[in-house]
Amino acid sequence: MIECKNISKTYVNGDVETQAVRGLNFKIEKGEFVAIIGPSGSGKSSLMHILGALDTPTSGEYFLDGKEVSKLNDDDLSDLRREKIGFVFQSFNLLPRTTVLRNVTLPLLFSDATQKEREQRAREALKYAGMEESKFNNLSNQLSGGQMQRVAIARSLINNPAIILADEPTGNLDTKTSHVVMQTFLELNSRGHTIVLITHEPEIAEFAQRVITIRDGLIESDIKKK
Amino acid sequence: MIKDLLNETIWSLAGNKVRSGLTILGIVIGIASVITMVAIGQGSQASIQARIQSIGSNLIIVSPGAQRTAGVSAGQGSAQSLKLEDANAIMSEVQNVAGVAPEDTHRYQVTAKGNNTNTQITGTVPDYTIVRNVAIDSGTFITAYQNQTSAKVAVIGPGVRDDLFGAGVDPTGQTIRIKNIDFQVIGLTVSKGGTGFNNADDAIYIPLSTEQHYLSGDTYITTISVSAQDSTILPTVQNDLTDLLLQRHGISDSTQADFSTINQADIIATASSITGTFTMLLASIAGISLLVGGIGIMNMMLTTVTERTREIGLRKAVGIRKIYINLQFLSEAVVLTFLGGAVGVLLGWLAALAVTKFAGITTQVSLSTVVLAFGVSAGVGIIFGFYPARRAASLSPIEALRYE
Repeated sequence: MIECKNISKTYVNGDVETQAVRGLNFKIEKGEFVAIIGPSGSGKSSLMHILGALDTPTSGEYFLDGKEVSKLNDDDLSDLRREKIGFVFQSFNLLPRTTVLRNVTLPLLFSDATQKEREQRAREALKYAGMEESKFNNLSNQLSGGQMQRVAIARSLINNPAIILADEPTGNLDTKTSHVVMQTFLELNSRGHTIVLITHEPEIAEFAQRVITIRDGLIESDIKKK
Repeated sequence: MIKDLLNETIWSLAGNKVRSGLTILGIVIGIASVITMVAIGQGSQASIQARIQSIGSNLIIVSPGAQRTAGVSAGQGSAQSLKLEDANAIMSEVQNVAGVAPEDTHRYQVTAKGNNTNTQITGTVPDYTIVRNVAIDSGTFITAYQNQTSAKVAVIGPGVRDDLFGAGVDPTGQTIRIKNIDFQVIGLTVSKGGTGFNNADDAIYIPLSTEQHYLSGDTYITTISVSAQDSTILPTVQNDLTDLLLQRHGISDSTQADFSTINQADIIATASSITGTFTMLLASIAGISLLVGGIGIMNMMLTTVTERTREIGLRKAVGIRKIYINLQFLSEAVVLTFLGGAVGVLLGWLAALAVTKFAGITTQVSLSTVVLAFGVSAGVGIIFGFYPARRAASLSPIEALRYE
């Protein structure tokens, strides 16, 4: 499903070069629930952005479903993100002053789906993500943190993606809400979605079946639970 | 797809009413001020030209020169050098003359029915109406017969009518007293507008012979108005009549002439240069408003897009293609500038009408100004609404999302 061959990412800021990812090699199979863990500055976010096709690696090859992603142009990357990847951000990134339904249907804009189909799919995704139906027409800024993250998860699910990537999805949530959100991910995984999440909390990583630890842009350990 | 685009545009603009409102306001003020200012400038220019045209058509005015007593000049027109015979000679000897109206104008106290006023009494001939574009509202103008017989009749302007009889009253048949002599009012002229010393409405016209016999008591006249047949031959007629008068007055050196002539083209040229300066002044003020308005629009658009770079990043992150993001921002900018533009044009036009109605200044809204004002605002709005958004849409989604 996911295959990384010697990918690295270097940021250039003036004369200073920072190597965030230094030649990583790993594979993630369909249906896996993987946590990528590491301290801040370890390069896990950069890796996540490459996996989510939000950014391209400086060198190396990244295959998603057998397709070489690093060679795609801007429009192909957009199509790939829309069709294959659901991305959940730490800061939710919902459109402000916008209803829950409208937020969830955002990836369907300019698609062939009719308004009715879009709303139907959004309702399903929201229920799937555990959102109460009474809040579907609320504005995004009237929601609690946990609710916002559920809306964000529903948005990532709307195109039924092959893989869901979550960048510190519990980073802005309290412990109790974090656990509820993680339960949602477990449930999604049990329904066959491939999930990759990054976190710096070992407690959150415990939910996953496989934990990849990253330090200074390199894989330190890769442990699969039985 | 187009439905989505419109839907998104409306939602985005309606969802940020303050932001959209302020942007539109900037455009409205910029456009409206330019349209109003230039309308005032051009309207004034047109009205001044119309007023100059109203004093007569293809007119040449001959006035006596300055009277000199031991080297001291009493000013232009003070000399007594023109006579009725000069006017008659111009009529009969100069080519291409349509009409000649000699006048002798002095100010006297006039009374009627216990009211009195001090106004200019012009003794003249029937041709005066042709030469000076005087129209009669009620009654008749002076006839040749009345002039021959020195009849004590008067045609009064609406200003005099208002002073002596009250506004709206038909004065024909009434009697007025000038210098203790009774005159019968036989006509009322149509108002020409105008104010100040040369107010054509505040005047009384009587036969020239009557004026010379009963009022001034001499044979001199103060002005000869000559109307040429065509505006193109105005300078030729002016030269011809100058030569004729020099010859008649026995003067060989034209610099020593005891009279002066001025033609209407010169007056219009002078007035046009004055009103042109005035229009330029207003246009510069308007230009500055447009510039300030433009900078306002630019600021608003730039701030908006900067604010929305994160939104653009999100849209890209969820897989919306760059082209659709560009189209949406372009459509937002177009809708904002066109809404603002339409309101601005309407407001500018209404303001021009209001200026005409309440301040009494003639205004003229011209299409070129509307197009210019609209074009500049729309251009600025669209460029600064679209260009930064296009740049943001070209960033990688992560860069755009992290944008502060």
